[in-house]
Amino acid sequence: MSRLFQSLIGPRVPAEELAAHRVRYLAPTLVFMAARVLLLVSLFLPYWRMELVAPQYPDGLFITAYVNHLSGDVREVDGLNHYIGMRPLGEAAAFERAASVWMIISMVLLVEGAAAIHSRWAVLLALPAVTFPLGFVADLYYWMRTFGLNLNPEAPLSSSIKPFVPTVVGEGGIGQFKTYAEFGPGYWLTVAAAVTIIVGFVFHRHAYKTLAHRLAWPTGARA
Amino acid sequence: MSRQPSTVRTTILAAIAAGSLLSIMVSTADAQENRRRRRGQEEAKPLDLTPEQVASLTKVANDRKLNVDDLLAAAKTFTPSGRHDEYVLFASGGQSGHMFAIGVPSMRLLRSIAVFTPEPWQGYGFAGMDDHAREALKINGTPVTWGDTHHPALSETKGDYDGQFLFIGDKANARLAVIDLRDWETKQIVKNPLTFSNHGAAFVTPDTDYIIEGAQYATVLGYGYALPDQYQKSYRGMATMWKFDRQKGRIDIANSFAMELPPYWQDLADVGKGASDGYFFVNSFNVEMATGSVAKGDPPFEAGASKRDMDYLHIVDWRKAEAAYKAGKAKPINGFPVLSLETSIAEGLLYFAPEPKSPHGVDVTPNGQYMVVAGKLDPHVTIYSIEKVKAAIAAKKFTGTDPFGIPVLDFDAVKEAQVELGLGPLHTQFDDKGYAYTSLFLDSAVARWSLGGEYAPLHAERPWTLVTKTPIQYNIGHLSAAGGDTVHPGGRYLVAMSKWSVDRFLPTGPLLPQNFQLLDISEPGTVMPVIYDLPIGVGEPHYAQMIKADKLQSWKVYPQVGWNSHTQQPDPNAPRPGSEGVIREGSKVLVNMTAVRSHFVPEHVEVNEGDEVTWRITNVETAQDATHGFCIGGYNINLSLEPGEYEEVRFIADKPGTNPFYCTEFCSALHLEMAGYLHVKPASKIGAVTPEGAAAENK
Repeated sequence: MSRLFQSLIGPRVPAEELAAHRVRYLAPTLVFMAARVLLLVSLFLPYWRMELVAPQYPDGLFITAYVNHLSGDVREVDGLNHYIGMRPLGEAAAFERAASVWMIISMVLLVEGAAAIHSRWAVLLALPAVTFPLGFVADLYYWMRTFGLNLNPEAPLSSSIKPFVPTVVGEGGIGQFKTYAEFGPGYWLTVAAAVTIIVGFVFHRHAYKTLAHRLAWPTGARA
Repeated sequence: MSRQPSTVRTTILAAIAAGSLLSIMVSTADAQENRRRRRGQEEAKPLDLTPEQVASLTKVANDRKLNVDDLLAAAKTFTPSGRHDEYVLFASGGQSGHMFAIGVPSMRLLRSIAVFTPEPWQGYGFAGMDDHAREALKINGTPVTWGDTHHPALSETKGDYDGQFLFIGDKANARLAVIDLRDWETKQIVKNPLTFSNHGAAFVTPDTDYIIEGAQYATVLGYGYALPDQYQKSYRGMATMWKFDRQKGRIDIANSFAMELPPYWQDLADVGKGASDGYFFVNSFNVEMATGSVAKGDPPFEAGASKRDMDYLHIVDWRKAEAAYKAGKAKPINGFPVLSLETSIAEGLLYFAPEPKSPHGVDVTPNGQYMVVAGKLDPHVTIYSIEKVKAAIAAKKFTGTDPFGIPVLDFDAVKEAQVELGLGPLHTQFDDKGYAYTSLFLDSAVARWSLGGEYAPLHAERPWTLVTKTPIQYNIGHLSAAGGDTVHPGGRYLVAMSKWSVDRFLPTGPLLPQNFQLLDISEPGTVMPVIYDLPIGVGEPHYAQMIKADKLQSWKVYPQVGWNSHTQQPDPNAPRPGSEGVIREGSKVLVNMTAVRSHFVPEHVEVNEGDEVTWRITNVETAQDATHGFCIGGYNINLSLEPGEYEEVRFIADKPGTNPFYCTEFCSALHLEMAGYLHVKPASKIGAVTPEGAAAENK
């Protein structure tokens, strides 16, 4: 049992080894820490935004999605959406928005855990944070698709605006509106965090794979 | 520990931080760039005409018979779509009872503002019984639904327009209105309790503590009665100091007072500033106290009031007058405190300076040192020095008193200069180059002349001389230069407001528009061309003031949904989405309604004939320009509900039948569908079963 546990958490670093190669063992911890900071900062920044431009809105309408709330001209866009029978934006991804802060905090704690685990299983703990950006896009697409394809057939413009899938990123169009969607700095921070974690694993494996090797064959390592 | 590892660590962290920052910056900058490109907001490139372009420009000019001056005028005024004007001219609307806002230099009419006359587009005076505007338009209970708007005054801070409020006098009925420039709506109308008509209104003190309303035709103060043989004994002029409460955006009637003046037919006024702060000045033109009566063989007013060569410039120390009023020295007339002539004489509040001859405007220079009186029947402007006035008062350099005992200052002791300009000088404005501009009614011209004193170094001409005249079409009254009566005039633009347009525009029947002409006054010396003609076909404007557009801080939409524009705060009674419905209490019915593109909630309202209906509507829109109208035919009801605005309408449902109501602003593609029905059940059918469908709507 303790052997299994040992193999799961990986080798501990002997004190003299740590003193000799401080940078090697600190590097993965610090890089993971950087990733955790990036993730936490992303909570306060926009993940995604869409600008809607139409002749009668020369300044455009903006929808900005934070990980836990929507801001911008939500009311106006909802008002316009009622013409085509789209549900109010506030009804989309309600669970995700409610859970997101805790999800990200959990991911941060898991990455912290990954720094403490010196075996390859650490990857599993970091997996949610690494795949999070992909998950966000998938979820965004799911909701855009669900909302776009399930328009109320009794809406005033139902005969001229057929169900459609709004564009998640880049230029799209609906009625007289052109839409421009892009990821925001919050999202790019999560991407940066994922990349940082992968970089962290390069250091992680470099440090602990070598250490495990050395502890298993002490003489060989010294050769 | 060695130095090396910490350097490496720092480098790694810095690299990661820099990398992420860079990626964020790039993505943000990209997005901004994309947006800018999409909207085509590239900076305008300096113009460099190709020979082909010159040829096509020349062809257009030749086809339309335009010369180079015309092309230049067009280039100075043409304002491409989407570009905003640099100044806004707030012009009185004369007998229309409205105000006009006109962009300068494009001279495009931006908006009218309903003030003394109900105006349906703005929903001004069409909200049923007890409508705020209708109530404000009553004089002692009687509706008076027009006004003769004469002289607008923008609120000032330290002598410069601050863009917060606009005041306008109604000459016909001696009223004064307050317009809030956050939402460009009339908020208050006060009726002068002393007199039937005014003229010297509105003029504000440098920080808008008071708004001055001067009389014109002398009467018996407090709406009294007397025949002309009692003229000197009973008739009086007056000037009212209306206290303004900037916080409330209202005139504070309880802290306002008036001054009794001799029956000399006071004319225009101006308030001192800078060197003359604390004083105001009023002209007069009937010191003869002529009483007309052509039918009896006496000379008509026009001759009788013009006999003497000199009238009296009234010099009022308003700070002292305020102190006298606060010390309880005013006596009520018709319930309003008035400082009597005796008090004014005893307290040294009022002095006269002789002025030639039946003058019209008195205008204070930007530094406050000079008062310019335009002679009307005298070809000069006469310039008085405030220092000399103060010295003369201190030294008691009086030539005597008028018949009422008011000290008359020695003309030569207070006069600074006289400049001969031409025939019929009326009003004067100022620029930033040490010039003054005076309208010449009979000459139909604007005269530019040079100021002296500390202004002399600003221009190349001799002080106090005529520089040039530009012909105006025709019979110019007032003129308005950019900030031309403030302590910091802007120069550059001047609008001449002409009474006659004769041949300037296509004929429009026997009633012709007035003519607003824009003059380019940016170059010093003799160049001062007219560069635009704007016909005004809605009433005869008098004075106007021109404010830098960026000083106006108007709301784009009301700050909150459910806004009461009368109280300028959110109204607890405003219906909100979800709280709509119809509530009946006996014969009183309360309708709570919301308006949004493109429907009203509820869409059916059932009442009984004779019910007293209170109908509350909130426009719950927040988008700029998403205004809804609301009208009920046959009830004289039409509202303009700007985004966020709440209004209440009250009426007696005395017209039985099924009556559609609808949105009167073309609000959206489904605007025509934005309608509903008011079902007024005939008295004969009350007690019959209600149709189920309508009952469900009325829940």
